[in-house]
Amino acid sequence: MRVLSRILPHPLLSLILAVVWCLLVNSLSLGTVVLSLILAVLIPLLTEAYWPDRPDPPRLGRLTLYVLLVIWDIALANIAVAWIVLTRPNAKMRSRWVVIPLDLKTPEAIAILAGTITLTPGTVSADLSNGGSCLLVHALDTGDAEDEAKGIKQRYERRLKEIFE
Amino acid sequence: MIEDLIAMEDAFIGWLTALEPVKIADIATVVALYAGAFFAFVGSVGLLKLDTPMKRLHAPTKASTLGVGSLLLASMIQAFAHGSGSVHEVLIMAFLFVTAPISANFISKVNLHREDADPTPPPPGDSAWATFDTHPADDRTPKEV
Repeated sequence: MRVLSRILPHPLLSLILAVVWCLLVNSLSLGTVVLSLILAVLIPLLTEAYWPDRPDPPRLGRLTLYVLLVIWDIALANIAVAWIVLTRPNAKMRSRWVVIPLDLKTPEAIAILAGTITLTPGTVSADLSNGGSCLLVHALDTGDAEDEAKGIKQRYERRLKEIFE
Repeated sequence: MIEDLIAMEDAFIGWLTALEPVKIADIATVVALYAGAFFAFVGSVGLLKLDTPMKRLHAPTKASTLGVGSLLLASMIQAFAHGSGSVHEVLIMAFLFVTAPISANFISKVNLHREDADPTPPPPGDSAWATFDTHPADDRTPKEV
């Protein structure tokens, strides 16, 4: 086990590298797979020193469910925001800042939360407070800033906490 | 009246059975292309119509998520229906999803520094937003630079 973890210090990164290489070449021939495996072993070994405090590997099953949920939300929010952009005059848009207090502590999880917020149309994450305790989000059209923050915490942050912490 | 309905039904069933898988794939491709074009268009309309820099930032997120996503979906359906399949597109989507939030974040930070946005609420629990928490040597107004 120790030998294995020395050869593959970061199994998930290795898996992602192998899959990305095969996708880049766009084939599954033997040569491609062998080269992808070589890269999947070498790159994590060479870069291990530059990522000292890496988090424990996330729970893959829940992460997959989370990605599917986010894609679904992106599709729905796209339609909602398209409607707002096309039909509502500028003066009637209730765009404002929303402050989201964070329960997450892992930098990687916070980065994914911020990315999720930006990708779902209607909200863009703008900044993090200097102590990492809350996130500044700009909403295009929202009635109540606190409700919006609660919704995001309930829908995304709770799941990310289960995945990463 | 009833004969008309039966004739219509026959015509519809005939049309359905005449559909080959490739034709269905072509129709799916066209639908995906239209959806992609629509969301790219709405993104552009948003850029023109919205009036403040922070609001304008919301427009490209549509074009770069569902817009490009639908176009890539069309490309994949077409590749699988006509000969060799292709999954390159998944990678384009993945890289786009990883990089788009970073550029949006940088643009909003620029807006904050140029004071082109509404004043920000103070962060509860911390002393400042990270963008404004700079080294004293950086405390210069644009004129001094």
